[in-house]
Amino acid sequence: MTSPGLTPVLAEPAGTDSGPGGAPARRGPLPVAVLRGLAGLAGLVAVLEVLPHTGLVSADYLPPASETVRTLGTLLAEPAFWTALGDTLTGWGLGLAVAVVAGVVAGVVIGSVPVLRAVTASTIEFLRPIPSVALIPVAVLLYGTDLRSKLLLVVYASFWQVIVQVLAGMQDVDPVAEDTARSYLLGTWGRVRHVLWPTALPYVMTGVRLAATVALILTITAELVIGAPGLGHEIAVAQVSGAVPEVYALVLVTGLLGVAVNLAARAVERRALHWHQSVRTEVTA
Amino acid sequence: MLDVQDLQKIYTGRHRNVEALRNLTFHIAEGELVCLVGPSGCGKTTLLKCMAGLLAPTRGEVRLDGRPVAGPPPGMAVVFQEYGRSLFAWMNVRDNVALPLRRKKLGKARERELVDHALEVVGLSDAHEAYPWQLSGGMQQRVAIARAVAYEPKVLLMDEPFAAVDAQTRAELEDLIRKLWHELGVTVLFVTHDIDEAVYLGQRTLILSKSPTVVQEDLTIDLPDERDQLHTRSSPRFAELRAHVYEQIQRAKHHSGDTAPDPVVADRTIEPVLQKTES
Amino acid sequence: MTALTVARRGLLVLGLPAVLFTVWWFATAGSTDFYFPPLATILESFGKVWTAERLLSDVVPSLLRLAAGYLLAVVVGVGLGLVVGMRRAVRDVLEPVLELFRAIPPPVLIPVIMLFAGIGDTMKVLVIVSGCMWPILLNTVEGVRAVDEVLGDTCRSYGITGVARLRHLVLRAASPQIVTGMRQALSIGIILMVISEMFAASNGLGFTIVQFQRSFAIPEMWSGVLLLGILGFLLSLLFRFAENRVLAWYHGLRRAQRNP
Repeated sequence: MTSPGLTPVLAEPAGTDSGPGGAPARRGPLPVAVLRGLAGLAGLVAVLEVLPHTGLVSADYLPPASETVRTLGTLLAEPAFWTALGDTLTGWGLGLAVAVVAGVVAGVVIGSVPVLRAVTASTIEFLRPIPSVALIPVAVLLYGTDLRSKLLLVVYASFWQVIVQVLAGMQDVDPVAEDTARSYLLGTWGRVRHVLWPTALPYVMTGVRLAATVALILTITAELVIGAPGLGHEIAVAQVSGAVPEVYALVLVTGLLGVAVNLAARAVERRALHWHQSVRTEVTA
Repeated sequence: MLDVQDLQKIYTGRHRNVEALRNLTFHIAEGELVCLVGPSGCGKTTLLKCMAGLLAPTRGEVRLDGRPVAGPPPGMAVVFQEYGRSLFAWMNVRDNVALPLRRKKLGKARERELVDHALEVVGLSDAHEAYPWQLSGGMQQRVAIARAVAYEPKVLLMDEPFAAVDAQTRAELEDLIRKLWHELGVTVLFVTHDIDEAVYLGQRTLILSKSPTVVQEDLTIDLPDERDQLHTRSSPRFAELRAHVYEQIQRAKHHSGDTAPDPVVADRTIEPVLQKTES
Repeated sequence: MTALTVARRGLLVLGLPAVLFTVWWFATAGSTDFYFPPLATILESFGKVWTAERLLSDVVPSLLRLAAGYLLAVVVGVGLGLVVGMRRAVRDVLEPVLELFRAIPPPVLIPVIMLFAGIGDTMKVLVIVSGCMWPILLNTVEGVRAVDEVLGDTCRSYGITGVARLRHLVLRAASPQIVTGMRQALSIGIILMVISEMFAASNGLGFTIVQFQRSFAIPEMWSGVLLLGILGFLLSLLFRFAENRVLAWYHGLRRAQRNP
């Protein structure tokens, strides 16, 4: 059950990332690193610009960066683009919200009742790895290109991310804290509220962050494959009609969306855990 | 054997430079067991890393057998304080000890012999297959010592190796080091912040000032060669030496390369009759 | 273990799945709903559809493409990750670019890769590589960066350098992180295996299931969904088995740190 961290950065909520040989000053990234990063991005743009001109790659397949950016500019002026973006964000947000609520509730209930936990363990282990895309045909049959189609896939995929983390968090509870709570005759609710939940919170946040990423992938997949309205569908349309620069522009948008989701999720995580982290890892600061 | 000449180390940071070592000069003869002691944060580890060739000094040099040290020299082994972090968690005890030998290409039989012997002398004959994290702290440090022993070094550098083990284990390990030193005839430099340990273990004790560091005193420990935890530690001479080192360390807290412009006489090897000058 | 505890464990492991199966069985037993055929019908068609011949012509090609793409992604991801992770400057330059690539939802790369590689096996393998590579790469970078300083010094002082250092220190120390990346990559790989076949293919699991759905062969489609589920489960089981072997030391270390 104790997998070696499910994510690269917050591998274990117990703050293992402040390793030895340490992160250079927490105050903010070094300017040098930032400059180098910008140089890297500039390099990528330059390569994408030059490559089609050299003829190594046909401009039909890889339009120069400048053209992609121009196309993006045109797209941004079209209301259809914003509608598609809205559709994508709606599917993502709704699906994520449902998955998080369901995952946390189910996780807390199962995690705080040992019998339930023991009984459901095998079922969860079986259902979790079932690829959500297996549900695509079912979704198409039941809901067509409706929003519900998207939600089915998104919720199914994200739910497991959340519940698994919540369960791991509930299991991580310090037995001493648990015994203390019992000896002071805290009721079940009191234990959940004051012992289990605070311990599980970092895990919950990790689950939410993972779920946010997975939800975006599944939202766009549903749009791309099923044809539910949204950015993914726009990409499929552009591809079929041979509008290559548009495909690239839209792919870039989804990438930026992914970065934004990632950054936002990390920021939320940091904020929610600020008081928590101060107890554990930032003692050195 | 091991010569440290005018050693200086300045760490250059983004905003300020820190001079950890000011000017260190001392000599360790072949087969000696020398302890290095100083107040907390006096740059002991920096000095040891420079000597081990893990850190390039800003000025001055370290010579091993007359050859300047520029990078870890063969024939030198280091035992670090953080036993938990200096052992390979993914290898069992045997492989941990054997890994440095692979490069020497000694042949399977000789390699096995060295590993078996090293684990035997540190008292871990029955732990070959265990993983380091299955052992207690003291036993883990024994593995690190066994690794150094199997490597057959001419010089053994030890960086506060027992700082993180409990008191009883520490006493056992101290005696183990004395025993190994006797049996192997190896030259040992033992860094510690523990005054008792600094007096009990060695033939000489180098007392360092606070940072920027200079050698404050080079003291000969004239205790009999035959030492044991009970009698040596309760002897009057031990108490005298201990008190002297203690006083020197207290003074060292205020003394540094800045307060003493000329490097302190480094070769006051024989301390005459010790008297309590101040109390 | 006494017979009683064995029975108890068996009950815990199999109890709920048995109950769910029974509920599904009876709830759909007399079903006339076109979309939710009786479980009995689904199972019957499962036996009929997924014959050895079908497995060979549709499932094996899918799995081969998955294996090829996944292994390639591991090699490229770990290799690049080592290079990037060990050089501070390289890491600083490439990190934002890699984060961007990683953030692109992998399925949208299918249309792009189709431009270059057509719709054959190459395209599908490339799609899997392009999706699986990033989590492996970024986790490797993270793992390599976190190699313990003391252990690094130990290796240097014992003259363990170059390839030996890479093999005995860097790769092993980073292996928990690398495995984490590989686990993330596996589920992405399965998704891409299925989707790339839904896009354009003439065989494969994803292709077949979509064909069933389009021709309204509902029990057959359900049997395909079931097979995909079983496949996902088996692959994760296999992964866990391999992980427990490779990372036995790590799990032991973690346990030891938890209860000293």
